[in-house]
Amino acid sequence: MTAIFEMGIVGIRSGIADGDFTAKEVAETFIARVSAAKPLNAFLVETPEHALAAAEATDKAKAAGEDLGKMAGVPIGMKDLFCTKGVETTAASGILKGFVPQYESTVSANLFKAGAGMLGKLNLDQFAMGSSNETSAFGNVISPWRRNDGGNADLTPGGSSGGSATVVSGRIAPAATGTDTGGSIRQPAAFTGITGFKPTYGRCSRWGTIAFASSLDQAGPMAHDVRDCAIMLGSMAGFDAKDSTSLDLPVPDWEAALNSNLAGKKIGIPKEYRVENMPADIDALWQKGIEMLKDAGATIVDVSLPHTKYALPAYYIIAPAEASSNLSRYDGVRYGLRDLPDGAGLQDMYAATREAGFGDEVKRRIMIGTYVLSAGYYDAYYTQAQKVRTLIAQDFDKAWNSCDLLLTPTAPSAAFGLGEKMDDPLAMYLNDVFTVPSSLAGLPAMSVPAGLDGKGLPLGLQIIGKALDEQSVFNAGLAIEERAGFVAKPEQWW
Amino acid sequence: MTESTYRIQGGTGEWEVVIGLEVHAQITSESKLFSGASTEFGAEPNTQVSLVDAAMPGMLPTLNGECVRQAVRTGLAINAQINKYSRFDRKNYFYADLPQGYQISQLYHPIVGEGVIQISLDEKDPDAHGKAIGVERIHIEQDAGKLMHDQHPTMSYVDLNRCGVALMEIVSKPDMTSPKEAAAYVRKLRSILRYVGSCDGNMEQGSMRADVNVSVRKPGGELGTRTETKNVNSMRFIQAVIEYEAQRQVDLIEDGGTVVQETRLFDPDRNETRSMRSKEDAHDYRYFPDPDLLPLELEDDFIFDCKASLPELPDEKRARYKNVLGLSAYNAAVLTAEHETALWFEQLLDISDEPEKIASTAANWVTSELFGALNRLGVGIENSPVSPAQAAELLGLVADGTISGKIAKQVFEIMLESGDGAKKIVEEKGLVQESDTGAIEKVIAEVMAANEDKVAQYRDGKDKLFGFFVGQTMKAMQGKANPQVVNELLRKTLG
Amino acid sequence: MSIDKETVKKIASLSRIAITEAEADAFVPELNQILGWVEQLGEVDTSKVEPMTAVIPNQLRLREDVVTDGEIRDKILANAPIAEHGFFAVPKVIE
Repeated sequence: MTAIFEMGIVGIRSGIADGDFTAKEVAETFIARVSAAKPLNAFLVETPEHALAAAEATDKAKAAGEDLGKMAGVPIGMKDLFCTKGVETTAASGILKGFVPQYESTVSANLFKAGAGMLGKLNLDQFAMGSSNETSAFGNVISPWRRNDGGNADLTPGGSSGGSATVVSGRIAPAATGTDTGGSIRQPAAFTGITGFKPTYGRCSRWGTIAFASSLDQAGPMAHDVRDCAIMLGSMAGFDAKDSTSLDLPVPDWEAALNSNLAGKKIGIPKEYRVENMPADIDALWQKGIEMLKDAGATIVDVSLPHTKYALPAYYIIAPAEASSNLSRYDGVRYGLRDLPDGAGLQDMYAATREAGFGDEVKRRIMIGTYVLSAGYYDAYYTQAQKVRTLIAQDFDKAWNSCDLLLTPTAPSAAFGLGEKMDDPLAMYLNDVFTVPSSLAGLPAMSVPAGLDGKGLPLGLQIIGKALDEQSVFNAGLAIEERAGFVAKPEQWW
Repeated sequence: MTESTYRIQGGTGEWEVVIGLEVHAQITSESKLFSGASTEFGAEPNTQVSLVDAAMPGMLPTLNGECVRQAVRTGLAINAQINKYSRFDRKNYFYADLPQGYQISQLYHPIVGEGVIQISLDEKDPDAHGKAIGVERIHIEQDAGKLMHDQHPTMSYVDLNRCGVALMEIVSKPDMTSPKEAAAYVRKLRSILRYVGSCDGNMEQGSMRADVNVSVRKPGGELGTRTETKNVNSMRFIQAVIEYEAQRQVDLIEDGGTVVQETRLFDPDRNETRSMRSKEDAHDYRYFPDPDLLPLELEDDFIFDCKASLPELPDEKRARYKNVLGLSAYNAAVLTAEHETALWFEQLLDISDEPEKIASTAANWVTSELFGALNRLGVGIENSPVSPAQAAELLGLVADGTISGKIAKQVFEIMLESGDGAKKIVEEKGLVQESDTGAIEKVIAEVMAANEDKVAQYRDGKDKLFGFFVGQTMKAMQGKANPQVVNELLRKTLG
Repeated sequence: MSIDKETVKKIASLSRIAITEAEADAFVPELNQILGWVEQLGEVDTSKVEPMTAVIPNQLRLREDVVTDGEIRDKILANAPIAEHGFFAVPKVIE
């Protein structure tokens, strides 16, 4: 039998159902894994008692012959952007140090309702702003992966959901929540050889999730494989009247409808994603992906998304603009850090608190956002960016005339070393070049691991679908998963 | 409005004042604009605060439909354009009474567009002295919390109970030219809001307050630079602000200075305005559409239902009182100024099958007798000790000749004190009017017998003495004689 | 639209983030690099395009006007740096 810690959601669920082991054993297994993984710095708070309590509830329910929830007995990692009642939640920022929410985010509450337990709160880029998990106020998260060049360089797990990617790929948790604003689920999933799914904007409630950029933020699952993601997303999603942008639609049973036969499906290959200086490994992987989808019965068509090159600049206006306003509430008055220099007035207190509490990248984005919204620049920057965003969404709409899904690489490179890109914010932003367009258009997209680069590091392929058509994305992902045979795992060095 | 021309006499000649008002009116609703917390006034600090109002991380706004409905109804009441597409924007600034760091408001696409409010400076004949004041827009926004500065030597206390309560900001065009016009505008606006039921108009509790924009110019000249005095919360203060600001600006300009466009604060103790320098750097509000909310799109049915739910409004009502009920212009104006008064008056008319017949009498009685009594007692009509039904009973006794108008005044005083009904009082005190011709004739005979000389003079042509006989007869009958019968009989007997 | 140190200071002040002279100096090239890069959006002809307002077609829902929240002062004040007598407390504000 596979060891429990190697299992994902499906394995754990059926093992408990079949009586192979108890939920408590599962929880204890992963609690021990969490304790042993401190060198990776993936957890900000550990909550073994929560995981154990959920496990006990599952074992009790099973003993009583009750129906078990879809996530029953699965102890997950929770990105520390989700407010969890009674458990410190900081978004990896000093400004929220010590903040203990008196409420449970809708997504975490949904998962708990489905029977999941929580192993702890996961480290991330501060306020989800970053692509390498190096902007956390509580230290970098270290990827379990290492290059096969014999060196011991610490690599980034990607970001912003870096803690989530590290624990799932390191088999420290069977699954974890992520959030994706411009690629924060997909890019770390690609960097760590796991599967990550960003649903259609509005599928998952944003209530209780600390906001980065409201019009882009979406929660999603990060797990071992496509089926696990389908199960977990099914438990996270759903209409929530408390979020005005939540979609009032039933949640399809994606797991039940999984089908990797793509006969009749047309897959678009957007020519604009063939960027300059793309590593050959990635180009080759993309070609392999095309062959795999053909093999699954799909037809391949070339499509054009002409405004793709403007997606990143538009994103880096819209997201900071929204963030600059969303983060105004961190002012030292009602919660979190307060820095009150001697004799300071209210406005001085704000400036001191925010100076001390926010990290450099957060400050940078607040400053950019403030600037692009300020008098005289609003139309040139913000309005223009939102117009370009319309064009980007229209590009996708036009593409859907000739195809059902798009296949692209997830990221322009494999994981890089910690510290390699920190000095150049712009180079860091370019990491999201393939993930940002679909975020701007609110479309469902996922990253599936499909191969390794020359240095033995995982690479992912991205599938983008039409709004609300998560099912086709899952199905194409499954087709790749079945054919890629991706079984590589990081060796445990920690 | 020639007689209202308001000018500041400066050293260089006359100056004209240009006034625009931004009235913030609290929308009547049970819960807040974007949260389910209560809006009730006067609760313990921070008890009417939801996680959303306190801007806890991850909290999101959800729009209260009643607030939308009331804003649309208000717009319809001033014949304004209703925008079927509107949007909420964030106005970003930092202050301790603003937990989100932004106020959710509507800058770019307000829910209500241009409308008009008819004002009058002449209560006695509004039609003859009316003026139309343009309304630029009405938008919906959140109120802020409250800071208390006097509870601690070095700290201010923050109470978020008001935070998130729905406001309508009603922005006028700069169409007013005197303090009186501004006051008339606010009075009329308040009246309309109370008719519509979208705001209680309570200025003491802060349900209504105005930002007063004032500039001065040479008559007919180009518009001058304006100042905005914030949060003025009484009709009297609004006028004081205008008077002070106009004079200050004229003095400033004539002394060679220039008016700075700025935000000012009114100090009621000193009766002056002063610059709010602390807020100056906050002028760059970085408005942008709130990404937590979608555009607000209104269906035709929604607007139709809003329209159908409107009561008869003051201008229509006043016209009807004049034209259908035949009331004087003055009575029609006074009775319709406040919705409560009109409702009270109409309940009074309701007891008659032919309200037009009693309307003038009833109107006179309400505006003189009832208003006089309420003034003395210092209560509003909604708390009148005499109900419309009781008043109807009293007026009925006069109409059917049971008591005279003079006796009715006595009865009304007793009603006010005792709370008893008019009929009961009249019966118990024996105040029923004597209309029996026999009894009256008898008294007339006595009066004539006692004043034979005057009878002779009258018959010689001294007509004025008729009144004397009426008086003597009434006096002999303790005022209870039906004056009409007395008149008739006297004319007959005296010849 | 290149920005100078004064602009950086003004943005920092609007953002309520205290910065030192040295930090302001450092921000100038950094923000200019990013802003210079995003300015390529100006190339796009958007004269006939509406700015995006809702990513996925969706209707703004209207909530019923009932009191469903409040009376949770303990929760509201639970994380306050300073709370006294049921209020949040901040350094004295002079209006």
